[in-house]
Amino acid sequence: MSDTRKYYKGSTDGKAPFHGDPLEGIEAAYDVVVVGSGLAGLTGAVILARAGRKVLLLEQHYNLGGLATWFKRRGGHIFDVSLHGFPAGMKKTCRKYWTKDIADSIARLDGIRFDNPQFRFDTEFTREDFVHKLQTVFGLSQTAIEGFFAELAQMDFYSNSGETVGELFERHFPGRNDVHRLLLEPISYANGSHLSDPAIAYGIVFGNFMASGVYTFSGGTDRLVKAMKAELERLGVEIRNRVQVDRILVEQGRVRAVVAHGRTIACRAVLSNANLRATVERLVGQEHFTPEYAASVSQVRLNNSSCQVYMGLKEGESIPFITDLLFTSSAARFDSMELCDLHTQSRTFSFYYPKTRPGLERYTIVASTNAHWSDWNKLTPEQYEAEKAALIQRTLTSVEQYVPGVRTKIEHVEAATPRTFEFYVQSPEGTSFGTKFEGLKPSMTMHEQVRGLFHAGSVGIIMSGWLGAANYGVIAANKVDAWLHSLVEVNA
Amino acid sequence: MTSEEIILAIKDIIQTIAPDEDLSELKTDVRLRDQIELDSMDFLDIVMELRKRYGVQVPEEDYKELATLDGCVAYLTPHMQGKTLKVGV
Repeated sequence: MSDTRKYYKGSTDGKAPFHGDPLEGIEAAYDVVVVGSGLAGLTGAVILARAGRKVLLLEQHYNLGGLATWFKRRGGHIFDVSLHGFPAGMKKTCRKYWTKDIADSIARLDGIRFDNPQFRFDTEFTREDFVHKLQTVFGLSQTAIEGFFAELAQMDFYSNSGETVGELFERHFPGRNDVHRLLLEPISYANGSHLSDPAIAYGIVFGNFMASGVYTFSGGTDRLVKAMKAELERLGVEIRNRVQVDRILVEQGRVRAVVAHGRTIACRAVLSNANLRATVERLVGQEHFTPEYAASVSQVRLNNSSCQVYMGLKEGESIPFITDLLFTSSAARFDSMELCDLHTQSRTFSFYYPKTRPGLERYTIVASTNAHWSDWNKLTPEQYEAEKAALIQRTLTSVEQYVPGVRTKIEHVEAATPRTFEFYVQSPEGTSFGTKFEGLKPSMTMHEQVRGLFHAGSVGIIMSGWLGAANYGVIAANKVDAWLHSLVEVNA
Repeated sequence: MTSEEIILAIKDIIQTIAPDEDLSELKTDVRLRDQIELDSMDFLDIVMELRKRYGVQVPEEDYKELATLDGCVAYLTPHMQGKTLKVGV
C-alpha cells in the first residue's frame, strides 16, 4: 500500500518513505567514515578533514546535529531541542576546531532562576555567586563552602575515589537537602547526573559551569548546525543524510567497510557517533570483541531519557523577560528519582526571546524533564496519548505561574517523550545523555579491540552535553588520525 | 632541526592554539601550563599539529614529556631530524 500522506506524526506514524538513493555519487572508499552527526561526530569529522583525511559523514536523520537539533512547525515556529545552556569552554572549543564566526555567536545567558519550596532566587551561576548564595541564603560558613570548592578544583579524571555525588554532598553539607538541590538539580538536566553517580563525573561538569556561567548560541541550533555543515563542506567532507548504516564490516580484527543502503563503502577507519552499546551490539557485532569486553559493554547502564513540551507563541504575541533558564519544582525535597518520575513536579523552562534568533520577533518556551524509557514504553497507545496530554496540561499550568496569561498566546504546543527521542535519534531507550560512568572506558578503548574502530559520543556523563560531546569528538579524531598515520608509515 | 628551531616550532603551534597569549617571555624550564592558559585539550592540539606538520607521532604515554619547552626539545630532537621548520601555517 503506498502511503502518500504529507505529514508524519513522529513515533506513532513511523518514518516518511524516502525516494531515491541517498548515497548516489559517493566514492568507493574513504579514509574514515563517521557514523552519526551528533556534536562529537561533527567535530570529529572537522578535525579529520583538517588533517587532510578523506571523510564520509553518514546520518540517519534528515538534519545533522543528533540531539543538538531543532524542528519547525506551521505558524513559523522553530523549536530548539537541546539549546539550554553550556559552559564558556564551548567558545574556545568552537574557536579552535570550528570557525571564528561560530565562536563569536556564543553569548552568555542573561538570567538563571531557581524556584522551589526550599529556595527561590536569580543567580549568575558562577562560583562567586554560588559562594555568596550559600552564605547569605543557606547560612553556610565560608570554611565549609571553600572546602567544597577546593575539593572540586582538585578533582581530576585520573583520581576517581569511587565516591558518589550524594556522599560528596553529605560529607561537605550533611543533611542539607536544599544545598544538594542547588548543586545537582541543574546538572541533572544538563547530563542526567544522579546522586548515585560518581562524584568525579559531576565535579568536572559542575566546575566547567562555575568558571563563568552559562552560555547559548545566538541564532539558534539551526544556524549553528548549518554553519558547521558549511565548514565541513568547505573542507571537502562528503555528507549524506537519511542514511541508515546497517553494519560496520570487520575482518581479521580490522575495520574494512560500512554497509548502508545495500552498498559496501570501503574505509580504513570508522568513527562511530552512535550509542556505545548500539555500536558494539548492533553495528559491529559482539563476536568481533573479546568476551570480557563485550560483557563489559552489555553491562553499561544507559542514562535516563527526557520529556519535553514545546510551546510556540502566535506571531505578534510577546512576553516580558522573565529569565532564560528556570529550574522549577514543587517537590518539597530534592530527590534524583523524583526528577525522573512519570509525573515529576520538577522541570526546567528554557525561554527563547527574539534575541535567540535576531531578526525574528518570535517567542517560544521549552519545558524539559528527566524521564525513564520504561515508564513510557509500557503504555498502550491510548494511555500514551493521555499521558502526553496530561504532561502538556501540567506544564501549561506551571508556566502560567511565571507568565500569567501566556496560555492564550500559545498557538502551538506538543510533547516529546523517551519514545520520541528513540524514534528520531535512535539512541537505545531514547537515552538523552548517553551512558553512565562505566561507559567511558569501553568507549575509549574500542580501538584496542578492533583496529580502526573508534567511538565518540555521550558516555560516562563527563562526555555528555554540547561541550563534552564536541571535545570528545576531538579526542577520538586524534586517535583516528594517529591510526591512519601509522598505516601510511607501514605502507611507505 | 636545531633546539632553537624546535622551540620556534612549538611556540608557533601554541600561538595558533592560543592566539591571545604573549609567548615572547616563555621560560624553557618551567611547565608551559604554569606560564600560559593551556588545558589538556590544548596539549592534544599540540600533538595533532606535530603529526600534521612534521609527521611526528607522540604516543599518549609520552604526552608528559612535552610539559616544558626544554622537555619538548629533549623528546622531539631525534624525531625532528632532517625536518624543515614550518611556521605561520
